[in-house]
Amino acid sequence: MFKSKTFSSKMVDIVLIIILVVIAITCILPLWYTLALSLSSKSAAAAGAVGLWPVDFNFNSYQQLLQDSQFFKSFWISVQRVVLGAGLNFIIVPLMAYPLSKTVKDFKGRNVLMWTLIFTMLFNGGLIPLYLTIKAYGLMNSIWALVLVGGAQTIVFNIILTINFFRNLPSSLEEAALVDGAGPWYILTKVFIPLSVPVLATISLFSIVYHWNEFLYGLIFMTREEFYPLQTYIQQLVVSVDPSTMTEDQYKRLSELSNRTLDAAKIFIAMIPVLLVYPFLQRYFIHGITLGSVKE
Amino acid sequence: MRTKGFAKHYYLMLLPGFVWLILFSLVPMFGIVIAFQNYNPGLGVFGSEFVGLETFRYMFQLNDTMNVFFNTIYIAIMKIVGNLIVPLVFALMLNEVRYMGLKRSIQTIVYLPHFLSWVILGGVLLDIFAYGGPINQLLGMFGIDPILFFGRADLFPFLVVGSDVWKEFGFNTIIYLAALTGINPALYEAASIDGASRLRLLWHVTLPGIRTTAVLLAVLSLGNVLNAGFDQIFNLYNPLVYSSGDIIDTWVYRAGLLNLQYELATAVGLLKSVAGFMLISLSYYLAYRFTNYRIF
Repeated sequence: MFKSKTFSSKMVDIVLIIILVVIAITCILPLWYTLALSLSSKSAAAAGAVGLWPVDFNFNSYQQLLQDSQFFKSFWISVQRVVLGAGLNFIIVPLMAYPLSKTVKDFKGRNVLMWTLIFTMLFNGGLIPLYLTIKAYGLMNSIWALVLVGGAQTIVFNIILTINFFRNLPSSLEEAALVDGAGPWYILTKVFIPLSVPVLATISLFSIVYHWNEFLYGLIFMTREEFYPLQTYIQQLVVSVDPSTMTEDQYKRLSELSNRTLDAAKIFIAMIPVLLVYPFLQRYFIHGITLGSVKE
Repeated sequence: MRTKGFAKHYYLMLLPGFVWLILFSLVPMFGIVIAFQNYNPGLGVFGSEFVGLETFRYMFQLNDTMNVFFNTIYIAIMKIVGNLIVPLVFALMLNEVRYMGLKRSIQTIVYLPHFLSWVILGGVLLDIFAYGGPINQLLGMFGIDPILFFGRADLFPFLVVGSDVWKEFGFNTIIYLAALTGINPALYEAASIDGASRLRLLWHVTLPGIRTTAVLLAVLSLGNVLNAGFDQIFNLYNPLVYSSGDIIDTWVYRAGLLNLQYELATAVGLLKSVAGFMLISLSYYLAYRFTNYRIF
């Protein structure tokens, strides 16, 4: 593109790269700091002596963490939730996207059904009606409240992404299968799904991350701590404050009193699953998200 | 094509998903009637007495709700502007980097915060900006007295906007980068041969090339004017900053689920849902008119 490189052009490149690298570093610095904090001694953390390197390096907070049975209970609930939620998403989304990717000519009810879906995505009754409905269903303290409520709110977006992907597949593939006498179930499972790895990986990533990160439904639908998913457990631990009025001094003391090294260890462990999943699926979600948002 | 008789299979494919959405998205919408009732949890939605618009009249008299509406729009607009401009500038800078390996590593790193929950990042940010935390230590080196960042109502909206832009800019960059790769390289070559400098290439080729994308994103962001970010604020705020940081969603949570003012919380939530629905519909319509964008 730019064959002739002048001195000033090179300088611009260097400055640019330095700025970009600094920005990128700010994105991992908080994680690095959390790790350093979790490996420091309690007193150093309380005194605010920890910077980028652990002070009085030790694994005490991780040993302490091993004795916290609630942490592992909550971790396990989150794992179950992710498996159920992402699994359900993986089955239902292609199943709904396939008929809805047809034109009205091939599937008469298509537009009415599509607009119903869009409506559920754009409009909702709000928090209180949702809470009362789940209570009326008797799903309080059940993991299904977490899986089904969260799933219903995110699934339509995933369906739209998948519809757009299906529509971009060459129609001759389906026509060839039709000529061979294939039915709709065969076409969906043997033609469409195998060709849809990028979009299915994208929606799976979104679903996994969503169910892993969501905390509010854990807070309102679970009345006992033992049923909290991991994020709700950490939320209660780290950032929850007494909603009654509070003075500046109380707020200061609260941040000093909490066991910051142990909290940092819990936060760090809770990050790991996401850190493991997203780089591998990166090339897919970039493709998936651009497909969903920029169309010709 | 022989697609006759496929419709019943299509309906069968859609059935489980629709049952799910009806139970967990559409049914809760009927709970909206609570806003027009003198709701009694013992009697339920069907037994409670209807009072018409009384709750709404009461709502508009409360200073509290007016303040909350203002905060929501104020924070949301700042976020929209930041989330449009910062990713654009970042994408333009990244686009100038010609070392593919470096470019890709920077990209992978800047996506990371998007995938972490506000519970996690809330905990980390509260630690970093704590009274005795690293930011205050750093300021201390320049002789600045420690600041109680997240306890100050005047700073809170800016911290919220800044941290949100920081969390999302990497992910928001994806769409701009896709638009940048879509620009015809021949345009750059032609302009270079005509003797255009890098700055002129940026001005006459790159910027016009992504104008449509930028307009589209700006128009679509209109639908988010009432979404200031529940998860984020819920995990960062405390009673000291309610005056400037309380938004509709956090207020509904506290009024409804902690103070059990079901009617009022539902009414405020309903107002938000209706206004939000109209705004999103409008933004989709405008996006269709101006850039021919369709959601599916």
